[in-house]
Amino acid sequence: MMNDMNDAPSAQTPPILSVRALSKVFDISGGLLDQLALKDGRLRRVKTTVKALNRVTFDIAPGETFSVVGESGCGKSTLGRTVIGLYPPNGGEVYYGGQRIDVLSPRQMLPFRRRMQMVFQDPYASLNPRKRVAAILEEPLRFHHPELTAREVGDRVKEVMEQVGGDVQWLTRLPHEFSGGQRQRISIARALVVDPEFIVADEPISALDVSIQAQILNLMMDAREQRGLTYMFIAHDLSVVAHISTRVAVMYLGSLCEVAPAETLFAAPRHPYTQALLSAIPRLGKKKSGHVRLKGEVPTPIHLPTGCVFHGRCRYADERCVREIPELLEKDGGTHVACHGVAEERI
Amino acid sequence: MSVLLQVEDLTVNFALRTGDLTALNGVSFALNEGERLGLVGESGAGKSVAGFAIINLISKPGYIAGGRVLFQGEEISALPQEAIRRIRGNRISMVFQDPMMTLNPVLTIGTQMVETLQAHRDIGPSEAAAIAADKLRKVHIPSPEKRLRQYPHEFSGGMRQRIIIAVALLNDPQLIIADEPTTALDVTIQAEIMDLFLELCEQSRMGLMLITHDLAVVSETTEKIAVMYAGKIVEEGRTGDVVRSPRHPYTQGLIAALPQGEHRGTRLNQIPGTMPTLTRIPPGCSFHPRCPHVMAVCARREPASLPVDYPGGGQGVVACHLFDPQRHDE
Ligand SMILES: Nc1ncnc2c1ncn2[C@@H]1O[C@H](COP(=O)(O)OP(=O)(O)O)[C@@H](O)[C@H]1O
Ligand SMILES: Nc1ncnc2c1ncn2[C@@H]1O[C@H](COP(=O)(O)OP(=O)(O)O)[C@@H](O)[C@H]1O
Ligand code: SF4
Ligand SMILES: [Mg+2]
Ligand SMILES: [Mg+2]
Repeated sequence: MMNDMNDAPSAQTPPILSVRALSKVFDISGGLLDQLALKDGRLRRVKTTVKALNRVTFDIAPGETFSVVGESGCGKSTLGRTVIGLYPPNGGEVYYGGQRIDVLSPRQMLPFRRRMQMVFQDPYASLNPRKRVAAILEEPLRFHHPELTAREVGDRVKEVMEQVGGDVQWLTRLPHEFSGGQRQRISIARALVVDPEFIVADEPISALDVSIQAQILNLMMDAREQRGLTYMFIAHDLSVVAHISTRVAVMYLGSLCEVAPAETLFAAPRHPYTQALLSAIPRLGKKKSGHVRLKGEVPTPIHLPTGCVFHGRCRYADERCVREIPELLEKDGGTHVACHGVAEERI
Repeated sequence: MSVLLQVEDLTVNFALRTGDLTALNGVSFALNEGERLGLVGESGAGKSVAGFAIINLISKPGYIAGGRVLFQGEEISALPQEAIRRIRGNRISMVFQDPMMTLNPVLTIGTQMVETLQAHRDIGPSEAAAIAADKLRKVHIPSPEKRLRQYPHEFSGGMRQRIIIAVALLNDPQLIIADEPTTALDVTIQAEIMDLFLELCEQSRMGLMLITHDLAVVSETTEKIAVMYAGKIVEEGRTGDVVRSPRHPYTQGLIAALPQGEHRGTRLNQIPGTMPTLTRIPPGCSFHPRCPHVMAVCARREPASLPVDYPGGGQGVVACHLFDPQRHDE
C-alpha cells in the first residue's frame, strides 16, 4: 500500500518506519481576546498557527541510523515527537512495521509504545528528580511487561545498567547525583530496558562535552549492533551525523529538502540549502575558506513562503520556485531532492 | 612583533564556606599585536574565569590570588578599578555568548551605543551616533541609521551578535575577548560571525582571544591555541601544530574523540571518565586518572610547563611528565 505512493523514498528492505505527507500545525492564537483583530474595518477572529511540518515523507529501513538535520526551529523535534505518537499529526500518515499507527487509540498504541522509544537532549529535564534510578528503570519495564517477577525486573535493570556503562550502585541514587554524561546513560538505559526496536534520539549529545559525546555515541553504536536497533537521530552537529548515519534527511522550515545516503550527501550535496549548510561546518585543521552565504534570514513558520520554502534565500530561485512547491524527487544514488533547479538540471 | 597581552601565572580562587577553590591555576600565555588565540576546553575548565580575570572582572566570592596581566607593557592587574574601567570596553572589549549580557532590552541600540561611546570619550551625541552607524556598517548590518532606532528584540539572534560586535568595536579596541560568541547560533550563522571576526581582525590588526569549547571553530580562525583542563593550560602552540600533532595526552584524546569524516560508523576514541570538579582535583597531574600514558610520577607531582617541539619545527608548551627529560630519574 505504501509502495505505490508516487515519488516516495524507497529502501531496499521493507521499511520499519514510513512517514507519508506528515504535517503538523501548532495553534498559538492564545485566548479569544488575543485572537481578535481589526480587518477591513471589522472585528474578526484570527488564528495564528505555526506550520512546523509540511508534507514530510520518508522511509527508514531496519538497522538504519537515519539522521535528521537542520537549523534550530526547522521542525526536527516536532518530527520525532509526531512520528512516535507524542503529537497527533494534522495530516499524513505514519506506518510502523507496515501498520498505520497515527490513527490508533492509546490502547491500540500500547505495544508500539514499547517498540518505539525516545531519548531526549536534556537528561536533566527528562529524568524525574524525585525518583531513584532503580525506580526510573523499573517503572517502564513493569508497565510493558506485567508478567515479569520482581526478581526478573531486577535482573533486567542490572543487565541494562551494565550495558550502558553504569554501575549497580547507581540504582539507589537520585538523578541530581550524576553528571550530564551519566544522566544520559541512564536515559538510554531507560529506553533500552523495555527492549525496543526503534529509538528516536533527539539531540542526545548536544548538551555534553566532546569527550563525553564520544562515550555516548559509542554506547549508542554498540547498542545498535548488539540489539539490532534502528535509530532516528536528530542532531545539529553535522560532523557527528556524517560519522554515525546511514542516511540523512535535511530539513528547512518544516520541509524536507534532501534525503540521501550519508556518504553521498556529504560528498555531493544537491539541494542549494544542503550545500550552504555543509559548507558552513567548521572543520578541524582547515583554514577558513569561503562558505556559501545565504541572503536574508529564515522566515517564520507562521507565514510560510509560497512555492519552495527556501526560495527567498536561494541564489538559483526563479519564478517557478516562488509559485510551485517542489516535490521530493529521486535522483541517482538513492538521493531524493526537493528542488526545481535540481529537477530541471540547472543546478 | 610586539606583545599585546601577557598573562603570567594568573591564579583565581573562589572563597567558599568549605575553603578556597582554585578555578584558575597558574595560567600563562602571551598574545602579539593583531594575533588570534583560541582558548579551548570543556565546560568548567576555567575558560570564562580566565577571560574575566584578564580584565579584572572577577567578583566575590572569587578573587585573583596571584599572577599578573600586562597589556601593551602596562601591568593592568595592578591598576585600581577606576583605571581598569577606562581600559575595559575601550582598549579591550568583550563579546559574550548571550547578547543580552551586553544589551539592555528597554533601550534602542543607538542609545546604548552612544552611551558606551560617551562613557569613554568626550563627544557630542551626533558625532557618537555617526560612529555607531559606522560600526554597524562594519559588521554588515544594512541601513544602520534606521537600525539604531530599533530595540534588541527587533533583531534575530545572528543580528544581535553582530550588534554586540559593533558595540565592542566602538572605541577601536586592540583586543577583543570573545567568550563562546557563536555557541548559541546555528552553523550557517556561526560561519558568518567567524568570517566577520577574521575580517575585522585583519582590517585593523586587532587581537582576538576566542574562548570556546569548539576545537574546529578555533582551528579555522586562530593562529595559536591554548588548551585548558581543570583550571590549567595543558598545551599551547601554533594552531596548525596542536591540531595536527597534539602532544599532551588530553589534547590527543580530545582531537581523537572528534568525528572527522574518516572511518565512518566505527567507534570513536573516547577519553574515559570526566573532567574533575574543582572540589576534587586529583593530586599530581589533574588528568592522570584518565590518561592512557599515566606513570607513577603523575599521581605524585604536578607537571611543570615544558617546552616541546612539533614536527616541522614549531614550538609550544606542554604540562606533562612525558616531556620531562629528567623523568627517568624517578
Ligand atoms: N508545542 C509547541 N507549540 C507551539 N509551537 C511549537 C511547539 N513545538 C514547536 N513549535 C514550533 O515549531 C517549530 C519547530 O520546532 P522544533 O520542532 O522544536 O524545531 P527543532 O527541533 O528543529 O529546533 C518552531 O517554530 C517552534 O517554535
Ligand atoms: N561565582 C563562582 N563561584 C564559585 N565557583 C565558580 C564561580 N564561577 C565559576 N566558578 C567555578 O570555576 C570553574 C571554571 O568555570 P568557568 O570559567 O565558567 O568554566 P568554562 O568557561 O571553561 O566552562 C567552574 O568549575 C566553576 O564551578
Ligand atoms: S526550488 Fe528553487 S528556490 Fe528552492 S532550492 Fe531549488 S532552486 Fe532554490
Ligand atoms: Mg529540537
Ligand atoms: Mg564559559
